Amino acid sequence: MPIEILMPALSPTMEEGNLSKWLKNEGDKVVAGDVIAEIETDKATMEVEAVDEGTLARIVVPAGTEGVKVNALIAVLAADGEDMTRAAEGAGEEAPAKAAAPAAAPAPAKSEAAAPVAAAPRTEVAADPDIPAGTEMVSMTVREALRDAMAEEMRRDADVFVMGEEVAEYQGAYKITQGLLQEFGPRRVVDTPITEHGFAGVGVGAAMAGLKPIVEFMTFNFAMQAIDQIVNSAAKTLYMSGGQMGAPIVFRGPSGAAARVAAQHSQCYAAWYSHIPGLKVVMPYSAADAKGLLKAAIRDPNPVIFLENEILYGHHFDVPKMDDFVLPIGKARIHKPGKDVTIVSFGIGMTYAIKAEAELAAMGIDAEIIDLRTIRPLDFDTIIASVKKTNRLVVVEEGFPQSSVGDFVANQVSQRAFDHLDAPVITIAGKDVPMPYAANLEKLALPNVAEVVEAVKAVTYR
Amino acid sequence: MATAAKKAPAKAKSDSKSPSAPVTPKPVEFTKDQDLNAYREMLLIRRFEEKAGQLYGMGFIGGFCHLYIGQEAVVTGLQMSLIEGDQMITAYRDHGHMLAMGLSARGVMAELTGRRGGLSKGKGGSMHMFSKEKHFYGGHGIVGAQVSLGTGLAFANRYRENPNVSVTYFGDGAANQGQVYESFNMAALWKLPVIYVIENNRYAMGTAVTRASAETDFSQRGVSFKIPGIKVDGMDVRAVKAAGDLATEWCRSGNGPIILEMETYRYRGHSMSDPAKYRSKDEVQKMRSEHDPIEQVKARLIAKKWASEDDLKAVDKDVRDIVADAADFAQTDPEPDASELWTDILI
Repeated sequence: MPIEILMPALSPTMEEGNLSKWLKNEGDKVVAGDVIAEIETDKATMEVEAVDEGTLARIVVPAGTEGVKVNALIAVLAADGEDMTRAAEGAGEEAPAKAAAPAAAPAPAKSEAAAPVAAAPRTEVAADPDIPAGTEMVSMTVREALRDAMAEEMRRDADVFVMGEEVAEYQGAYKITQGLLQEFGPRRVVDTPITEHGFAGVGVGAAMAGLKPIVEFMTFNFAMQAIDQIVNSAAKTLYMSGGQMGAPIVFRGPSGAAARVAAQHSQCYAAWYSHIPGLKVVMPYSAADAKGLLKAAIRDPNPVIFLENEILYGHHFDVPKMDDFVLPIGKARIHKPGKDVTIVSFGIGMTYAIKAEAELAAMGIDAEIIDLRTIRPLDFDTIIASVKKTNRLVVVEEGFPQSSVGDFVANQVSQRAFDHLDAPVITIAGKDVPMPYAANLEKLALPNVAEVVEAVKAVTYR
Repeated sequence: MATAAKKAPAKAKSDSKSPSAPVTPKPVEFTKDQDLNAYREMLLIRRFEEKAGQLYGMGFIGGFCHLYIGQEAVVTGLQMSLIEGDQMITAYRDHGHMLAMGLSARGVMAELTGRRGGLSKGKGGSMHMFSKEKHFYGGHGIVGAQVSLGTGLAFANRYRENPNVSVTYFGDGAANQGQVYESFNMAALWKLPVIYVIENNRYAMGTAVTRASAETDFSQRGVSFKIPGIKVDGMDVRAVKAAGDLATEWCRSGNGPIILEMETYRYRGHSMSDPAKYRSKDEVQKMRSEHDPIEQVKARLIAKKWASEDDLKAVDKDVRDIVADAADFAQTDPEPDASELWTDILI
């Protein structure tokens, strides 16, 4: 039997990758452990080793192919003694769908399970009033937008530097700092030991002395070790010093569930940090907001918690092509105007809201989607103006339900706009359980589009 | 008041050869002026703290209040080795540090009583005071947190390539916190100009060092990170000054961090509510009578005939007047305006 070589998943969030290079040719002998190809993932370029022995009978996906789905057939190996030609043909007959052009191959079931949120459907996005009309837009990933934001601010201000684990030579655990070491050197792009509590404190100390550190946490789960420095030192010093000194610092990194990384690596910190006076908390969804708000965060004289999302890193969005695109912190964005119901969300929660909106539109429900963008200070003006128009509110987030951001929004809206509500506010959140590992359980633990649709139907009495 | 700032020496270039490990230097010989100054500075701290204890008892000072009595030589001696721009950071036993660096007794005392004329406008209290002007970065209530922060101050010095050092104080208790060693590692790895001053006063709150520390030689706590350390008689201001000179020179020459273990003693309890039942009265009395930092200077001044009893009484009176004035101010200065509740949260 010929052996099928499939496109491997090389990171928790990888759905597809680029087959950049074959290191073996058709007809070459291969033994287990041989590097046969190089694959570029969303995080790095990885070498693929052969698991079986044999002869490379056929290369199905040529070098240079982009967007090869995980589990797609990329090559066929003839076992020892097997006829190579027959092996190559046989494999093609047995798996015609897999052998088809990989870009067109349907996403295998495994990939769907591994990525709870597929790419967002196209929704007519409202223009951001902070972007001048007629600005040229370029498509880029959230990852590139974050990198550009840091690079631009580092060019602008010599006091800005970035520190964290693997930010320099490794080019970022999630490639967010790619190229920064090459441009700015090791003085300003500082690899730290694995020592979150310590380097968070070092960052705050440097900020108290007037520098403007960007402290990257590989994920915010690890910032739990550093939360004392963030809360007790960074957030409170300005107040405790009677305004004499504060900490102009950005703590950034991915927060929330990635994919299949289970309980200790999957939780959203928006509600946690939003509790603390003295902090600003930003959690962008789109690449444009990621760029404009990270630049604002770096310039902000206060400590800013900048919560990213690993799954969103690879998503493409339109980003305005401007010399200096800075967005205001503390201002929500109406993602899509509507009149029947207000759906408030932020970060990756937006993906559920956007998909639900498309289904709701088909039912004749015109939903307004608000992307909070900043969790603290929260833009209640925008929310309440919307509720006064729609009289109905659903809040969507991935974090735990108790004392969630949605709880606070619901509470404030009920106090400030009670007479405008025609239905109780419904909050959709992650389930009240540690994140399970099993793919099916993970899917159940996260919010889903159907829940959002049902909630909207409930508040609109449909 | 505080020792005048000296001019920064030319920045020494980092030497590729590793310098020989420092050893505890002999106490420096003080001039008459230095001894008189040290006497006055230490006496100011002591009288100030005694007054603070009194005001606490009267209900003018609330919350936690940790007195520095007995440890005065540490900050006084180290301050003499610093130049303009050197930073200082410590934990919550911080009144003495601020007085030593020349902050006004009124400002410190009014902060203790929570008044608007306090260094933090009454919003920080005993444990949380700062001075941007004097490069004093607090005043921290979380044991050990200031060690990472102080390392960050040193990081800023290296980033800016200035000649300054960060003097980062912590106690024998904080020396067992994990982030201390995370900081040691980074400071050594990046050769940051930080002097880790471990004020070993023998008790972490009520726990004697032998009951809390597997290694009680705190000067050697940096061995795993190749950070040199020396033990210093923290009750002798001249020994402290000598160690301060050595440490500042070490850091300014680009050698990275250094540890000074100050062997000292606090006469009072951990805080005002500590009856100090974990140690004998004899132990305290022995330290007071045999090692008191102020009495040592006083005896020297008299022996060398640099001052008469009357001269020293005059100094004492001056100091008492400063403290009495600060206490009056701190009791009569108004509380912060109610609007201050909402200021200084964000810029």
